[in-house]
Amino acid sequence: MRILRNRKTLVGLILLLLFVFLGVFGSTLAPYPELTIVGKPWEGPNGTHWFGTTQEGYDVWSQFLDGARSVLIISFLSGVIATVLSVLIGVAAGYFGGLADNFLSMLANIFLVLPALPFLIVVNSYLPAGNKASTALMAAIISLTGWAWGARVLRSQTLSLRKRDFVDAAGISGERSWRIICFEIVPNLVPVIASSFLFTTLYAMGTYVALTFVGAVDVNTPWSWGSMLFWAQSDQAAASGAWVWFAAPGVAVALLGTSLALLNFGIDEFINPRLRAAGLSRRGLRAAGLGRRPTLGLTPVLRPPGAAAVVETPVEIIEETV
Amino acid sequence: MYVLARRLAFYAVTAYVAVSVNFFLPHMMPGDPVETMIASAGGQLDQRSVEALKAQFGVGTGQSLWAQYWHYWGQLLQGNLGISISKYPSTVAQTIGSALWWTVILVGTATVISFILGTLIGAIIGWRRGSVLDSVLPAATFFQAIPYFFLATVLLYLFAEKAHIFPNADFKSYDTNSYVIGWNPGFLGSAVSHAALPALTIVLASIAGWIVGMRNMMVTTMDEDYVLVAQAKGLPKSRVVWYAARNAVLPSISSFANAISFVVAGSLLTELVYSYQGIGSLLLNAVQSEDYPLIQGIFLIITFAVLAANLLADTVYVLLDPRTRQEA
Repeated sequence: MRILRNRKTLVGLILLLLFVFLGVFGSTLAPYPELTIVGKPWEGPNGTHWFGTTQEGYDVWSQFLDGARSVLIISFLSGVIATVLSVLIGVAAGYFGGLADNFLSMLANIFLVLPALPFLIVVNSYLPAGNKASTALMAAIISLTGWAWGARVLRSQTLSLRKRDFVDAAGISGERSWRIICFEIVPNLVPVIASSFLFTTLYAMGTYVALTFVGAVDVNTPWSWGSMLFWAQSDQAAASGAWVWFAAPGVAVALLGTSLALLNFGIDEFINPRLRAAGLSRRGLRAAGLGRRPTLGLTPVLRPPGAAAVVETPVEIIEETV
Repeated sequence: MYVLARRLAFYAVTAYVAVSVNFFLPHMMPGDPVETMIASAGGQLDQRSVEALKAQFGVGTGQSLWAQYWHYWGQLLQGNLGISISKYPSTVAQTIGSALWWTVILVGTATVISFILGTLIGAIIGWRRGSVLDSVLPAATFFQAIPYFFLATVLLYLFAEKAHIFPNADFKSYDTNSYVIGWNPGFLGSAVSHAALPALTIVLASIAGWIVGMRNMMVTTMDEDYVLVAQAKGLPKSRVVWYAARNAVLPSISSFANAISFVVAGSLLTELVYSYQGIGSLLLNAVQSEDYPLIQGIFLIITFAVLAANLLADTVYVLLDPRTRQEA
């Protein structure tokens, strides 16, 4: 896997796997139920309660372990739904063009401009209490505001792809539209789709935690890091010195987000090699046989040592006085 | 100008969609919002307000949905957004009016600072690609992934609770006990010191996006032929970078639409943490007290404000990029 050789991607992947582990086994590992009094109020971190206790005497460590699953499920489910929507709408708009394109592009642009979080708060405030706790519904509602960005990128990529010769050839040889889309166009969009999926998942995660934090959804079911942040905020955890109570879920959310963003960087550099040189430190460049820093106008191209003999003109680097 | 006219038409359609969504949403959902509101107001409402609410949400008026829709538009165009339940007897328009400017000034200033600073830093990092400066990127990514409200809580804890550099959150947008709103130094100083931490939060949380975007665009632009020509001609390096940066900044401005939505979302949460008396705190209070007319009104106002900000960004873009003006 070439993509794994990138250090950013590797770190992102390891972090993500760690969180998936937390999501799968978190509630099994949690020593106590998240909303049961198991200690004195405001205990600091200690042997029995690793992260201390809340104002009510709940165990923060258990709350933390339990909080991973619903965040992961809702973010990824929402990412999947939004990505499917964006592929359907973006590719259709790009491939068919004309009136359909105008309409779909406009739809995407409207959803891009509408302020998403206030919109979601409004939608959630009208939901009947019984439905607010549904994981699938939550994911679907969030994905409603998350597909537009991906659709726009996919549309422009499809536009450039459908003018290529191999697509023309497929059309002339009598392939049907759906076959051209599924077997000629979409496979070439995979990196873009992957990148848009990660971006959307990241967005959904932030949005879900934010919605829980402001209390626009059912705060306690499903239990999540957002619930912890909600209670920590309303019980004034920071002022009472129980900083682990809000720091743990906050840092976890930030790290999960970072891991997704790092993976996205990796894919970006995979698609656009120009960005790749950025991953090289000066020491890395020297080790690769390029003693000088890349400068204006030129991107260093690195080849494995054995391949250097094949190159007729060596890679030129403009001299720069350092 | 043709471009601007097209954008204007698009924003008009978006505003129309937002208003329609706002009208149809409560009608599509199961349950009766008016009953909920009357219950949560707890007998505070007089008969006329109940009638007004019923008219606004079309309960028991016997009108068709279509007639209600036009009625809603008529009211809206007169600036009538209904009566707020939680702030009864204030109207929604009055309630929003008193909170709006706090948010507009706070978020506007913070966004402009963040954009300018972030673009500058991004240009420098992009120019010095491969140097130590590149290590800013992972840090920026981390800051980008931190939720606004979490950053806000941390800053509040460090600078107000521990260090007492800035006032604590309980004082709202300015020291209401000592000062009155107006052009006096006491009030202005108090307002600025109360806005400093929320503004810092918004800047820190949103700057990474501008840095990364500008850096990536700068890296791509530096490879363009005209940059090579400029350098080959022997122009001073600062001049060359300036040429590249001027072109690299355009996508940042056109991605403003995407970004402003995130900034608005983040600001709502930031206000909540600092108990800043702006639109965000108002919206969250409205959600908690099930004040539907106020929720709807705030959603509309935020949408209109975002559209206005986008229009501004479009205008700047047209001024900066002569290619957009050439189309006939």
